[in-house]
Amino acid sequence: MLVSLRPSVLDPAGEATRAAAARLGVEGVTRLRIGKAVEVELEAPDAASARERLELLSDRLFANPVIEDWSLELADPAPEA
Amino acid sequence: MTLGVVVFPGSNCDRDVQWAAQGCLGIETRFLWHEERDLSGLEAVVIPGGFSYGDYLRCGAIARFAPVLQEVATFAERGGRVLGICNGFQVLTEMGLLPGALTRNEKLHFLCEPARLRVEPGACAWLQGYASGEEVTFPIAHGEGRYQIDPDQLQALEDRGQVVLRYSRNPNGSVGDVAGLTNRAGNVLGLMPHPERACDPTTGGIDGRRLLASLLG
Repeated sequence: MLVSLRPSVLDPAGEATRAAAARLGVEGVTRLRIGKAVEVELEAPDAASARERLELLSDRLFANPVIEDWSLELADPAPEA
Repeated sequence: MTLGVVVFPGSNCDRDVQWAAQGCLGIETRFLWHEERDLSGLEAVVIPGGFSYGDYLRCGAIARFAPVLQEVATFAERGGRVLGICNGFQVLTEMGLLPGALTRNEKLHFLCEPARLRVEPGACAWLQGYASGEEVTFPIAHGEGRYQIDPDQLQALEDRGQVVLRYSRNPNGSVGDVAGLTNRAGNVLGLMPHPERACDPTTGGIDGRRLLASLLG
């Protein structure tokens, strides 16, 4: 699950890191935004219900929709033990 | 009059609030551990500053699910007086009792200094001891105090008189110079500055006294 600041929200940490990129000598970095990634392992009967639970978690806990956007990526389910 | 003071793992202004309320003003206080659910006998609740649950994930994001806060939400809905200071303000926005969010200070610095504020008490029960347009000094101490909300929603808050405290000189990049907000009913107040640190003359000023003294009617 990836959380990023909404485009309209200033990201001072991203701006500071962008300045450091220039000091490292890497030119041409015009935009740098810092978000976070959450890795979750979840047991669910099927992919649809797994997605439903992850969406709830993303929207109500991992991200604050007032300032953040989120996106989900589901990996292949673990093989049956 | 008994004031409840919520204590999370990581709260660090709970005793400051107790000293300000009980030590300076004689208001009886009772600490409410985060797992507690009994708010009986309380006339008001303070969610104090600090770093609730380490502020992991986002400031206030985990605190929002604390058992005591489920009760505080009901208490507020019934008109009970709730005050969120600093981390407490962040918690109130995460709970949805106040709109918007608090984000990283514009210049990234942790700010620890006195702040001049302009008060517009409106209907806010906590601020009735202050005159409209009055300037006061409360200390600030935060790294994530930049208030953020959509321009339309900010305008709506302004129109309804909910922006009750503004920085005279904006220290952190908050939209609209917002330092503190009240809810529509005026019983809930959230603010980044620390009124409880402006109650004892030995700490440099007593501008915050009238905020807590509002509980004495």
